[in-house]
Amino acid sequence: MAVTREEVLKIAGLARLQFSETELDTFVEQFQSILGYIEKLKEVDIDGVEPTSYAAHADDKSMFRGDTPQPSLPVAEALRDAPDHGHDHFRVPTVMK
Amino acid sequence: MKLDNACELRDAVNDGRVTAVEVAKAACARMQSADPILKAFVAVDTVRALACAAEVDRAVQSGKSMPLAGVPVAVKDNICTRGLATTCCSRILEGFLPPYDATAAGRLERAGAIIVGKTNCDEFAMGSSTENSALQVTRNPYDLERVAGGSSGGSAVAVAAGMAAVALGSETGGSVRQPASFCGVYGLKPTYGRISRYGLVAFASSLDCIGPFAHNPRDLALLLSVIAGWDEHDATSSSVPVPDCLAALDEPFAGLRIGVPREYFGAGLDGDVREAVGQALRNAEALGCSLTEVSMPHTEYAIADYYIIAPAEASSNLARYDGVRYGFRAAGADDLGLMYQRSRSAGFGPEVKRRIMIGTYALSSGYYEAYYGRALRVRTLIRRDFDRAFENVDLLLAPVSPTAAFRIGEKTEDPLQMYLSDIYTVTANLAGVPALSLPIGFTPAGLPVGLQIIAGRFQEAVLLRFAEAYAKAFPVTAPALKV
Repeated sequence: MAVTREEVLKIAGLARLQFSETELDTFVEQFQSILGYIEKLKEVDIDGVEPTSYAAHADDKSMFRGDTPQPSLPVAEALRDAPDHGHDHFRVPTVMK
Repeated sequence: MKLDNACELRDAVNDGRVTAVEVAKAACARMQSADPILKAFVAVDTVRALACAAEVDRAVQSGKSMPLAGVPVAVKDNICTRGLATTCCSRILEGFLPPYDATAAGRLERAGAIIVGKTNCDEFAMGSSTENSALQVTRNPYDLERVAGGSSGGSAVAVAAGMAAVALGSETGGSVRQPASFCGVYGLKPTYGRISRYGLVAFASSLDCIGPFAHNPRDLALLLSVIAGWDEHDATSSSVPVPDCLAALDEPFAGLRIGVPREYFGAGLDGDVREAVGQALRNAEALGCSLTEVSMPHTEYAIADYYIIAPAEASSNLARYDGVRYGFRAAGADDLGLMYQRSRSAGFGPEVKRRIMIGTYALSSGYYEAYYGRALRVRTLIRRDFDRAFENVDLLLAPVSPTAAFRIGEKTEDPLQMYLSDIYTVTANLAGVPALSLPIGFTPAGLPVGLQIIAGRFQEAVLLRFAEAYAKAFPVTAPALKV
């Protein structure tokens, strides 16, 4: 299972991560090893098998509530841990140049 | 004061034989003497703990009886607690103070429990040894050169070393059962959806579960009765009623049909663990249980399956850590994209990055069906292995982990080696079934060994009844702790 350096860099871009040259080399190696192990799944006959997205009980009807507005997190609380904020918004560097 | 029985402690506090403040002081004293060596805790607020204890004492004095009155509890650092920093042992959440309590934490405190501190874990619960914590390594109280297990190592040690009577940890792939086994305590992974995930920092949403640690099955039942049950804040929490597990423990034990899955006893299983589990099987027969060998043919694919599904979900869940609204933000970035990149790269540790990358890869265009799509179908087959087994047996018995606690640093060079230590535990997470680790003895070198028991969905009472009967009939004498 050959994963190229270029592919790893592309994935890093999608994941908004950056790596130094040495980190990248170790990373590519470990990635290869892990993905190599995962290839095992190709041995399984999955013909006609439905996917399981999550293991909840099929009959559970608990997931919906009435469409009634409720109080939510107050603005001040939401901003409390913010690295940079205005009176009612989060502040970030320029979105686009 | 020994803090190893939550039921007894809460009875003593409710009866007025001891105050919650005295119990809290005992916990804090033990933490002060043992934790500088063990490093199980990452956040402690003694003032807050004593204030909560004083509140409980006032309630008790006014005639109120509380289910967990004065019981000292340790809570894993990935479970939100309003008054205490919650960082998932990651730099990216350094100093984060949640604006709300996790449902489980809130229910504990309203029942009179005293949260004595937040415990160390692998960063974002990603790991099997607690060595991936960005903060510190937790040591095994039976051998200080060995790991506590992970990812909930801190919680397991807090209980094992008598710093808390019970603790909350979490599982995505064995992270309560494995440290319980490594540290010689009980650890329960309930059915997925049994305990609300609201406030449990999301790693893999279809797998994550909160799970309790304790010194005995009765305390697990007590905790379950307080924290389990439907929660309107968690759309995946189950409305299936929580049985009275404490009452179930008082029923006479008549023996159960036990299945022994052959795939869990293969080549990789260490000799000492195999022997201890073998003895436990003979003990189960002596208790009146019948043993049958069963086959769960997709077991060998569970790790590969887990290491696609969990990282895929993690890559999505951890996208929120971007330096915008909370946590660490890298300074000096000219634009938003650079800010995201630098904050995440500096804030996340290597294992977290590895899993985000694997997950992103598995979900990326061109690979989605081949990896993630396939993994979800293999998951169905793993789940069917359990469904089929439980048509004929009440419980499955197996080892928890291939070995007892390994040495600190022993598996950190090769991520895949670390992943393989979850080989017997991830199946229950993928299938969503409840499973428990009970301490059954020690290796000749004095390291704890746990037995794993697995039951069908929502059958926690069966697990606890077996554990209680087993503990009564086959008590374990532990060697002295190193601290």
